[in-house]
Amino acid sequence: MNTADRITIALSKGRIYRKTLPLLAEAGIEPLDDPDTSRKLILRTNHDHVRLLVIRATDVPTFVEHGAADLGVAGKDVLLEHEGAALYEPLDLEIACCSLMVAGRVGEPEPRGRMRVATKFVHTARRFFAQKSQQVEIIKLYGAMELAPLVGLADRIVDLVESGDTLRANGMAPLEHITDISSRLVVNRAAMKMKHAPVTELISQLTAAVAARR
Amino acid sequence: MSAAPLDRWLLPEGIDEIVPPQAAHFESLRRRLVDLFGSWGYELVIPPFIEYLESLHISAGSDLELQTFKLTDQLTGRLMAVRADMTPQVARIDAHHLRREGPVRLCYLGTVLHSRPAGFSRSRSPFQVGAELYGHAGIESDAEVLCLMLATLEAAGAEGVHLDLGHVGIFHALVDKLELGESAEADLFDALQRKAHAEIAALLEVQQVKTADAKRIVGLADLNGGSEVLPQARRLLKGGGPAVLAALGALEALEQVMGMRAPGVALHYDLAELRGYRYHPGLVFAAFVPGHGQEVARGGRYDGIGAAFGRSRPATGFSTDLNTLALLDGGGHTQQAGRIFAPWSDAPELLAVIAELRARGEQVVQGLPNQQEGPREMDCDLELVESDGAWVPRPVS
Repeated sequence: MNTADRITIALSKGRIYRKTLPLLAEAGIEPLDDPDTSRKLILRTNHDHVRLLVIRATDVPTFVEHGAADLGVAGKDVLLEHEGAALYEPLDLEIACCSLMVAGRVGEPEPRGRMRVATKFVHTARRFFAQKSQQVEIIKLYGAMELAPLVGLADRIVDLVESGDTLRANGMAPLEHITDISSRLVVNRAAMKMKHAPVTELISQLTAAVAARR
Repeated sequence: MSAAPLDRWLLPEGIDEIVPPQAAHFESLRRRLVDLFGSWGYELVIPPFIEYLESLHISAGSDLELQTFKLTDQLTGRLMAVRADMTPQVARIDAHHLRREGPVRLCYLGTVLHSRPAGFSRSRSPFQVGAELYGHAGIESDAEVLCLMLATLEAAGAEGVHLDLGHVGIFHALVDKLELGESAEADLFDALQRKAHAEIAALLEVQQVKTADAKRIVGLADLNGGSEVLPQARRLLKGGGPAVLAALGALEALEQVMGMRAPGVALHYDLAELRGYRYHPGLVFAAFVPGHGQEVARGGRYDGIGAAFGRSRPATGFSTDLNTLALLDGGGHTQQAGRIFAPWSDAPELLAVIAELRARGEQVVQGLPNQQEGPREMDCDLELVESDGAWVPRPVS
């Protein structure tokens, strides 16, 4: 297969993968392998020239930026953190919706002095507080952000909030809304130009599939 | 923590060195390009590697300023900068140093330094190569520069080149009359770069932009593709004002000229492509090749750049990175065939033969006394052998 005609789509395992499949199916693309049972990282589809990569969510923008994948699906949270060259972001898939929020312990006042913020979303958090002219100390964590204020590691957290159940269960509440998050279709710049016909056709099929669900 | 001796070979991130046989390939390509530019009438200039920060004409806080390495000149206490881009230096040479009337064609190549990895190769020390044409404002000079860019890519062995054409003036003309304010305009610019339709529409709605104006700007995000784009743009941007129509006219004229001068090249248009075109207020272009996820060369028109150096002139040009170009022929370079090994001896007859071979351009490696390694180890496929009192090259057995 000539790489010039091949379309590679990068997806992340889990929720985004499950929710993207029905949209791809409406564009006529169905995987032949199941990532939950197969150990393959490159999945074949019902089209010879279309293949899927199943990778970590935070790696999707990197694969697409360098052209290792032509298209990808990534959460807006991941895209905001990604500091690379331009990706096209033509379509909001309106799946995996949640909010990026500042949260803290219920009833706890603002700390005196510099506030410590625990988060996985370092760049986004720094930008948000800088826009409010607030100097904060960012503490990078990879998970269990809710724990940080409970054990005195941080005063606030910046995290994705879907229902707020985890926050409530830990005596915390959302305080400020930073931005709405959903998954976006991202496209490599060179692919958009050199594989223009198949790429734009896929975008318009997905656009129709998203619109039909509203 | 001091570096362990084992780490002393480590180079800074994004800084690379080139070794045989790639270095020979790199250098041979560099020479071919200098000759190519020369044959098109482009004169070579060699701007300095380092100079005063002000002279590089970098606006404070810009991307280019953040990309620039700076240090203090110990002689004067002034801030110096290592060039991150040679384009302003070459423009200064045209505007300030040469001050010629009429068209001036200049080419340049050299290392630039970037504080952060960016661009084509993720390198922090790209080897920039480019050509600029000053003093002519028509699309004919743009076409010449485009054709020279194509010839450059061809010389590097690139296949299946796609040209992407755009015009930064269209976005500016559409947005200027809306008077959005700096922050909203920057947000719009950013959303348009990402072709994020929903975000563009939402931004324009918040700013209460009139429907007709909003439709044109949202539409820009879709104005990309083949030759069908320009007629589509004519329809969509009809009421966009004279500057927009003039920009479209320039693209249409360029399409005609390029159709004649480079008929085999795929032309692609993208009227929302603005990123990376720092000085370009007008026509912009980039070249893509299959297998590369980013553009491999780019350029455009940047009239007026010389104003900062006392003389505003029309200007158009392109630049690329020689490290990227060197990869375009698929790599796989091996040592050049035909290297000749000569045994150690200071016999005048042998030395005369070696000198004669070298004068003819052959590569001759002479062994040294007590050297154990023979022609194979020295990467030679020929060796000088004495036969009937004469030294002749023979294939290594």
